[in-house]
Amino acid sequence: MGMVRESQFHVLAVDDSHLDRKMIERLLQKSSCQVTTVDTGSKALEFLGLRESNDPNALETHQQEVEINLIITDYCMPGMTGYDLLKKVKESAAFRSIPVVIMSSENVPARISRCLEEGAEEFFLKPVKLADVTKLKPHMMKTKLKKEGEKPSEEENATLKPEESLVVEMILPLNQELELEQKEPMLSSNKRKAMEEVISADRSRPKYNDITTSA
Amino acid sequence: MELGQMQKSLQDYTKSLFVEGILDSQFLQLPQLQDESNSDFVSQVVSLFFQDSDRILNDLSLSLDQKVVDFEKVDPYVHQLKGSSSSIGAQRVKNACVVFRSFCEQKNVEACHRCLQQVKQEYYLVKNRLETLFKLEQQIVASGGMISAMDLGF
Repeated sequence: MGMVRESQFHVLAVDDSHLDRKMIERLLQKSSCQVTTVDTGSKALEFLGLRESNDPNALETHQQEVEINLIITDYCMPGMTGYDLLKKVKESAAFRSIPVVIMSSENVPARISRCLEEGAEEFFLKPVKLADVTKLKPHMMKTKLKKEGEKPSEEENATLKPEESLVVEMILPLNQELELEQKEPMLSSNKRKAMEEVISADRSRPKYNDITTSA
Repeated sequence: MELGQMQKSLQDYTKSLFVEGILDSQFLQLPQLQDESNSDFVSQVVSLFFQDSDRILNDLSLSLDQKVVDFEKVDPYVHQLKGSSSSIGAQRVKNACVVFRSFCEQKNVEACHRCLQQVKQEYYLVKNRLETLFKLEQQIVASGGMISAMDLGF
């Protein structure tokens, strides 16, 4: 009935505290997610398939090792902070569509807005609870929708949920320009699929200037 | 002691930890993460907390005993301890860490020494209480009883 298949979401969790890694891992597993934990931002990037090239300012994209539906990271970490990691992910053409969530034990409004401005979907105050983790599903669904749009659909008339149809109608005028602006190599000929990519791209990058100003 | 009495004792004991503020509601999140496939989760995280804390308190003692105290080192230790105590619901340890950090910011060595003592005190207290809690649970299980989140009386 739904477009999204039942396969599990895979979350990459980053935290330098062993105890907190254990906690977040269990929280995510309890929400039926597959989890990979790492203790540094660099290892997170490595896991994604981003490696440093000879140019210290560039990160090369090697073949993406695993499909990740969400990155959840602690803010305060030695070396690369969660904010640094967020920036690197959002700067990467290959991975910027992956939703990123920041966790912190400190309630610093300036920090929170900085992260949200940089593209973080949510900012969780630690200790993170089960109720927080359930908020992640919608963000992860977006990435699945995007993937589903690329694959040949068995049902010719697979329907969008009512709420999503509304969104489609609302952004329809934008759609034409966005299709032209799409730089990603995954342009499909099917207009409905393109719209899905546009929807998910638009919703997963709400702060991106190049989408809003292209209108 | 028969099983019913033991279970009542466990309930009362657990309640007292909350009433005294030694534990907060975060501790109640832990059993929710335990299930058949992770049947030891609570004791695992608590053990991790003990290990982390023992190590950090030791490092803190060493750092504060230096002739010239390096607060760039001290503060991260306290931050770590604050984090792990908060994660398992060890409220008084966490609160003591908050106070400790404010004195770190002021680079007040004497006050930091006092804070360390306070943190240690709270830590040994919660460690002791949790160890007793687990013993009570083990006795119940050994007598053929079962522990569930309901037994905690909340």
